[in-house]
Amino acid sequence: MDDIQSRIIELVAKSKNLPVSDVRMESTFEELQIDSLDKINLSFEVEEIFSIEIPDDALNSLKTVGDVVRGVETLRAAAPPNAAKS
Amino acid sequence: MKRVVVTGLGCVTPIGNTVDAFRESLYAGRTGIAPFDLSTMPGALSPDPGIRFKTTAKVRDFEPTKNPEQRLTSGFILTSELGAQFGIIAARQAVAHCGLLQHYDATGIAIVTGCSCGGRGADEDANRNLYLRNARVPPTAIIRTMASSGTSNIAIETGITGPVLNIATACASGTHAIGLAFQMVRAGMAPAAITGGYEAALTYGFLRAWDSMRVVSPTSCRPFSADRDGMTLGEGAAMMILEPLDAALARGSRIYAEIVGFGMSADAHHVTQPRAEGAALAMRRALEDTAHSGIAEPAGRVGYINAHGTGTPTNDAVEAAAIHQTFGDLAPGIPVGGIKSLTGHSIGAAGAIEALATVLALEAASLPHTAGVTQVDPTLSLDVIIREPRLLAAGKDLALSNSLAFGGLNAVLAFRRYSI
Repeated sequence: MDDIQSRIIELVAKSKNLPVSDVRMESTFEELQIDSLDKINLSFEVEEIFSIEIPDDALNSLKTVGDVVRGVETLRAAAPPNAAKS
Repeated sequence: MKRVVVTGLGCVTPIGNTVDAFRESLYAGRTGIAPFDLSTMPGALSPDPGIRFKTTAKVRDFEPTKNPEQRLTSGFILTSELGAQFGIIAARQAVAHCGLLQHYDATGIAIVTGCSCGGRGADEDANRNLYLRNARVPPTAIIRTMASSGTSNIAIETGITGPVLNIATACASGTHAIGLAFQMVRAGMAPAAITGGYEAALTYGFLRAWDSMRVVSPTSCRPFSADRDGMTLGEGAAMMILEPLDAALARGSRIYAEIVGFGMSADAHHVTQPRAEGAALAMRRALEDTAHSGIAEPAGRVGYINAHGTGTPTNDAVEAAAIHQTFGDLAPGIPVGGIKSLTGHSIGAAGAIEALATVLALEAASLPHTAGVTQVDPTLSLDVIIREPRLLAAGKDLALSNSLAFGGLNAVLAFRRYSI
């Protein structure tokens, strides 16, 4: 599991007070009972950790944990080098 | 008008996180006041904390992610600060205690709470990070900061959709809340109510602000003591269930006490200098209100006053003067007690915690003593209960619970011992 994936899974698990093993790439927000407020809060934390900005339209299209991981990878790839705090 | 009784109780306080634990500490005179640990309060920029006092009264052993009886889901934890969480758990205890939701339709029940400071911790964290390092403000800062966050979350947990509101009148918030809920149930506007107060504002910024006001005790709160030297800050929550007497009797509910009066007033004088006339007016109005419960000549039936009793030289002297103005020749013979030497002053929750103590005192016919006081200030001419609890005198069945807030806002509840 790569670093981005593992960090996002840990973040999701912590936010919902779940064991990490319950959160998979294909887990949907609906399955994990991540509501709109959870999603905004999670996005805020992801933006802070990875020094990215998730556009509103991209945020609305996120449905699974994998969507978040792939979105972060895409935004990181487009960001200038050494931008991430990690 | 309906007669209104207290049938359910709940609390999270520095002297106990259940009503049984609270009662035990109350009568044992076991204080929750202790030296505070600055390392648990982020924000100090200097090794010198800049605070002259050393003690607060904090809730202990509150673990909503570990303790099953205090368990809160991630959703509640995300949207609430500590004070709101205290309120949710206290309300849960009170509701479960009397089986409220098994007997009433949740659509009509009222929830009326008192919380004055709101989620100050979230506000301070966000602003400190914003102003010091231009950090972004978390999306939960607004909802965690709202004073009504606990109120909303109690409604969400219980599914109650009746009139639901929070009152912020500083140190009188909890008493105003219970008084308003009492009026709503008495008038038939709501079939029952969850009411009380919650607060947890013991942040570093809050302590610094109180320190600047020079009203906090460098030692420990001792209400009405000859050597009192100020208040001690606290936190906590207390909630009670109010319902009509006939409904409570019909369902065989345990009745702790009856609420028979509520009085409110404003000093209209000064934000920090209280006036005895204002507090006396609220006490008189609470006594006059008991006429709606068929009580005649209530002053002679008052056997206990649970005082606001902050332990500051000014408050206690003004409150004593107000008791004399209200009761005249009867005043020196009325037992008076203050519990802030146990619980500290929890601002918006204080009135509710003290109302809880008053209800328990009437039920047991035993008046808690004012812990930490060995010599009562003789200039006050009050019969302050000290050293040990005292029995409620025969023929006395009423008790008052006073709250006198900064800003000159006064609220007084009158309770009657319930006997079949």
